[in-house]
Amino acid sequence: MKVELHHIHKHFGNVHANDDVSLTVEAGTIHGLLGENGAGKSTLVKILSGFITRDSGEIILDGRPAHIQSPADALRYGIGMLHQDPLDFPPLTVVENFMAGSLATPALLNARAAERTFSALCRQFNFDIDPQARVGDLTVGERQQLEIVRLLANGAGTLILDEPTTGISASQKTLLFDALRRLAREGKSIIFVSHKLEDVEELCDCVTVMRRGRVVGELTLRDTPTKRAADGQPAGKHVNVAARIVEMMFGKELAMPVKPATHQDEVILTLDGLILRNDRLEMSIEHLSVQRGEVIGIAGLEGSGQQLFLLTCAGLERPAGGSIRVGERDLTHKPYADFVKAGVCYLPADRLRDGLISGLTIQEHVALRMSGKGIFIDRAAAAKEAERAIATFNIRGQPDTTVERLSGGNQQRTQLALMPSPLNVLLMEHPTRGLDIESTLWVWQQLIARCNQGTAIVFASSDLDEIVQYSDRVIVFSGGRISPPIAASELTADSLGHMIGGRF
Amino acid sequence: MTAMESGSLLVILATAIAFATPLVFACIGETITERAGVINLSAEGTIMLCAMVGFVAAKVTDNVWVGFVAAAIIGALIALIVAYGAITLKQSQIAIGFVLALLCSDLSAYLGNPYVRVPGPTVPPRFPIPILQDIPLIGPLFFREGDILVYAGYLLIIAAWFYFYRTRGGLTLRAIGEQPAAAFARGHNVIALRYAYTMIGGALMGIAGAAFSLDFKAGWSYRHTAGYGWIALAIVIFGGWNPLRVALGAYLFGVLQSLASVVQSAIPDLPTQMFTVAPFVLMILVLVLTSSDWLDRLLNYLPVNARRAFLRAIHAAPPAALGRPFEQD
Ligand SMILES: Nc1ncnc2c1ncn2[C@@H]1O[C@H](COP(=O)(O)OP(=O)(O)OP(=O)(O)O)[C@@H](O)[C@H]1O
Ligand SMILES: [Mg+2]
Repeated sequence: MKVELHHIHKHFGNVHANDDVSLTVEAGTIHGLLGENGAGKSTLVKILSGFITRDSGEIILDGRPAHIQSPADALRYGIGMLHQDPLDFPPLTVVENFMAGSLATPALLNARAAERTFSALCRQFNFDIDPQARVGDLTVGERQQLEIVRLLANGAGTLILDEPTTGISASQKTLLFDALRRLAREGKSIIFVSHKLEDVEELCDCVTVMRRGRVVGELTLRDTPTKRAADGQPAGKHVNVAARIVEMMFGKELAMPVKPATHQDEVILTLDGLILRNDRLEMSIEHLSVQRGEVIGIAGLEGSGQQLFLLTCAGLERPAGGSIRVGERDLTHKPYADFVKAGVCYLPADRLRDGLISGLTIQEHVALRMSGKGIFIDRAAAAKEAERAIATFNIRGQPDTTVERLSGGNQQRTQLALMPSPLNVLLMEHPTRGLDIESTLWVWQQLIARCNQGTAIVFASSDLDEIVQYSDRVIVFSGGRISPPIAASELTADSLGHMIGGRF
Repeated sequence: MTAMESGSLLVILATAIAFATPLVFACIGETITERAGVINLSAEGTIMLCAMVGFVAAKVTDNVWVGFVAAAIIGALIALIVAYGAITLKQSQIAIGFVLALLCSDLSAYLGNPYVRVPGPTVPPRFPIPILQDIPLIGPLFFREGDILVYAGYLLIIAAWFYFYRTRGGLTLRAIGEQPAAAFARGHNVIALRYAYTMIGGALMGIAGAAFSLDFKAGWSYRHTAGYGWIALAIVIFGGWNPLRVALGAYLFGVLQSLASVVQSAIPDLPTQMFTVAPFVLMILVLVLTSSDWLDRLLNYLPVNARRAFLRAIHAAPPAALGRPFEQD
């Protein structure tokens, strides 16, 4: 299906999120949509999927004007969308979620049949999701996988994927990309929103770059879809596309920071004989000691226990055995408050659910964190502090913006701005998930600065390049086991990918 | 146990089922409404006003079923007010429901005044079901003493459960109460569905009212059904928004009431008010006990799989979007 968007405008209050945006996606192509955080990409694709209504502008499908005012309309036209933040039903099971959004669900539910269809599709993509699990217990990545499977099962004519690769492994990504290419060959149009240039380069035929609500450039990466279909291989790649795209996105070139050696000799975090257990997993770590300033990367498929590990280290889950020491202090089985006092901080992946409080403004978050005396909020001080945080952390928002209105990247900046200082141990899940390239670089600059002050960082990420680039040592979670730490200098993203498959 | 004792036990339980039947309608109605994400806190007033309307309509037309239809319509209309305030005006559902609860109770007293303690039509009593009534134990307990409403109550429970967990419509119903934005993204008309389910729930509460005044507490008097609406709201919570467990809660309340009336006749010296109030107090106690977390701690000793199944069975979180309006850009 050929999709044309003409002169789309959308305001949120006084934010002009889409300012005269026009975009054409030819049938049978994969179209990349790129841009910094808050550029208006999600707004645009949500308008196409009917999730938000545009102020003005026209949507034309296969040459005919389409009346899309709600998702029901869009579904009728065969437009399906994977939302950037999981938009599903956490208390329901995986199969129920699958059935709730599947067009093929009969009036009388047949859970068994749905489970079979679902499992077959999962196998096709090498996704491993327990159909009976509650969706709320899944990781963000697994929830994305579930949505991808659901959309593919629905067989939409136009598929919109808003950052679909943030929670899946390299091999799963290959399978997903193959499936998308197959769909494109069948004449479907695919819109692919992403911050990962490698993904866009590998997959997309054309890209459109947005900045501050406007389209600032278009680029054709492959010649024609027919030609690609003929030889099945990417054809005629332009040279140095990545650099050109970055330039369009940010108006400047970006230099990769190099991680300096920051670790100091003093051991800050010690784990001994730690046993982790929940409903699904049981795993153990014999011994791990982390030095001040050191960065430990955790690699592994989503849901292999990384979250449980981080929560345990943060004092938010009780270990089934073993001990946790921070500096000289034994914190095993101590309450979370003691962990906080010992300078441990945890940044969760699901920012809106666990990290920030929906409905509160940036200023209120700052006020919450300030350890003020007395019972009244010092509004002036909080406002000043919020202004300062917004300026230093370059948050695109006002002190009175509620956090759920910030774009993903700006939510992450807000979370970082709220971290206490000084810190001994910083535990993070997907520190740069959903962030644009510039923000990613910026976040790591901040983190490296923390390391220089003696903070030890333990982070989990599904981006293997990120792990290899910024870690001193890496531990791999795979198949219910945790590898001993490996020096990052001995690793490449490829070799790490193999280890995640279970070979260490 | 002697034959006479077991006979009286049977009587107690059969009475309990009868006592509980109007509550079953009210609780299932509220469950449906709340599952869609709307709290209809007006239950107390709805039941009372509909009991009055049902009685009057039945008396005027001399047809009990007209009474039930009238009660259902009034119940649905009150629910429509709740829905309009909660969904369209996005006002506090608690405030709207509470005000309506007070208003409708007073209205029932005012409008129903001419009908206090006048005789009226009632649902034909005792309607044994052939074959089923002959099953040992179950037959005499469930299928011999009841009237048609008792059996309609059974059907409603099963139908509600089946609808919730075995049909696409029921899945959508649960979906809009959990995460309306996600349901919206999947093409469902959240607003219209919430209106519909709120009104269906209201109609069932109306039927509950008529079931009191035309059957189980036949007649009309000042504040004829006082307290039942509030206990229905509590039972829905206690039942974890699951029709089967909600029904169980309603029947448990019936048992408490039935026991109270037995004890009352055994100890006539105690003030009668005690026995009317006792079931309410006991019910709240049960509620508190079952929702505290000591059960969880005990469960920690179970093997992982059993624990998961068990937790799912006893643990009930309210629908995640309960009481919150759906904001659409
Ligand atoms: N519901 C909303 N209410 C108010 N403002 C909003 C809302 N949704 C988005 N915005 C604003 O519109 C702008 C564009 O947001 P959008 O989510 O489209 O960005 P994006 O390009 O998808 O960014 P990211 O890469 O971080 O996902 C941002 O400034 C954001 O703060
Ligand atoms: Mg976005």
